[in-house]
Amino acid sequence: MPSAMIEVSHITMDFRMDKNCTTNLKEYVLNLLTGKRRVEMFHALDDVSFTVDKGSITGLIGHNGAGKSTILKVISGIYRPTKGTTRVQGRIVPMLELGSGFDAELTGRENILLNGAILGYSKAFLLPKVDEIIAYSELQDFIDMPLKTYSSGMLARLAFSIAAVVEPDVLIVDEILSVGDERFQRKSRARMLEMMTNAGTTVLFVSHNLRQLREMCDRVIWLDHGRIRAEGTAQEICDAYEKEAEATV
Amino acid sequence: MKEHPLWRYGFLLEQLVKRNFNTKYRQSMLGVLWSFLNPLMTMAVQYIVFSTLFRSDISHFPVYLLTGIILFNFFNECVTLGMDSIVLNGPLITKVAVPRLIYPLSRSLSSLINLVISLAPLLGVMLLSGTPLTPALLLVPLAVVLMFLFALGMALILCTMNVFFRDTRFLWSVVSLLWTYATPIFYPISIIPAAWQPLFRLNPMYQFITLLRTIVIGGALPSWGQWGMCALCALLPLGLGLYVFRRNEHKFVFHL
Repeated sequence: MPSAMIEVSHITMDFRMDKNCTTNLKEYVLNLLTGKRRVEMFHALDDVSFTVDKGSITGLIGHNGAGKSTILKVISGIYRPTKGTTRVQGRIVPMLELGSGFDAELTGRENILLNGAILGYSKAFLLPKVDEIIAYSELQDFIDMPLKTYSSGMLARLAFSIAAVVEPDVLIVDEILSVGDERFQRKSRARMLEMMTNAGTTVLFVSHNLRQLREMCDRVIWLDHGRIRAEGTAQEICDAYEKEAEATV
Repeated sequence: MKEHPLWRYGFLLEQLVKRNFNTKYRQSMLGVLWSFLNPLMTMAVQYIVFSTLFRSDISHFPVYLLTGIILFNFFNECVTLGMDSIVLNGPLITKVAVPRLIYPLSRSLSSLINLVISLAPLLGVMLLSGTPLTPALLLVPLAVVLMFLFALGMALILCTMNVFFRDTRFLWSVVSLLWTYATPIFYPISIIPAAWQPLFRLNPMYQFITLLRTIVIGGALPSWGQWGMCALCALLPLGLGLYVFRRNEHKFVFHL
């Protein structure tokens, strides 16, 4: 039996939607006194359980607001779930938002170290890779300039290059990223696919691209309003999803 | 053995401290020299303003001033910047899972480095003003550590509050002004009426500054009572800060 790299059991995630949106003390006290504190609960995830086996690629589909991104955030530890537990084995790299923590005042080179540290790389791992990252980003001429002088395409290229240098055990992907100009887009896409299909890498992958899911995934989970609607082979789930999407158009 | 998460993130801590340091003086011509100049210039201003008022009462007035200025500046910087550390790193906290304690901790460590740098001009002023250098000076690091733990504790309490109530920042600017005047930085505690003195002594900043002055100006070993009081002033707020922070940190992400 293949071992589960990601184990999600009975995850429920409630968001409190504070209608008054108090972030100041006066309102808080007033609301408390007048008993006017309206809090509504929004169930983003409702008793969701699944496992992802070692070396497999699992896709997540669902309409906007179905809870796909929320479950990724729970698994990567950004949200603490209201109920339930998640367990992840090995080194997890969430490719959710690239370039988090970039500092515009620092140079590209300084940002490689900062962003790498944020992604959880160790010093011993990162330092020898710095040149490789710079070469991959093709930003040699600008690497010692402050980031505020970069174009958005250059920022994205740098961010991608830092994230793409690892060989993670578990890769969490929110849409396949392709950044930069036409040529770099092809290059980054190819690297992303290479990381995902690398033997031994376990992938959890959110996408709206059904063709991509059919091609790549061993298994697809369909999330609908925070619950698992269906789970099965990529072919059958994508067909069912497509059929419903067509019916509701 | 499971390694502690903060250990694993030692590299990140180092990078965040470096970032604070690198961005602080970027585009300023004198750069890190400001860490020396700032306390010296504040001291010069206060010396000119107050030396006629209190000079006769206080021996080694420039050193007396500078010890107070350095510690209070550190405290003020550490708490004011630490208070915003969670809110300003909001974009990171909502996207990456790292121990959240790392944000106020890296901020406080940056201020600590600044404090250590500003001990150099203190030494200079001591030499110039003829304050004797004694073996008691070896105790300065211990006094600095206690001061640091207190400031970190305060930063933890206030940065947690600030996430939920952004008013904290505005309240703090008033409180810190009051605190500055309530602390004998440029005046001797003897000018406070005797009836009020016990209250003034409850001020942790008074305790830390007096501890440093006992070592630096008096060249004396502080009494056990003094050490005990400072340890209490450091560890109680630190304990409270850690407790409040840990209790609430998982909720931060919904308020950023």
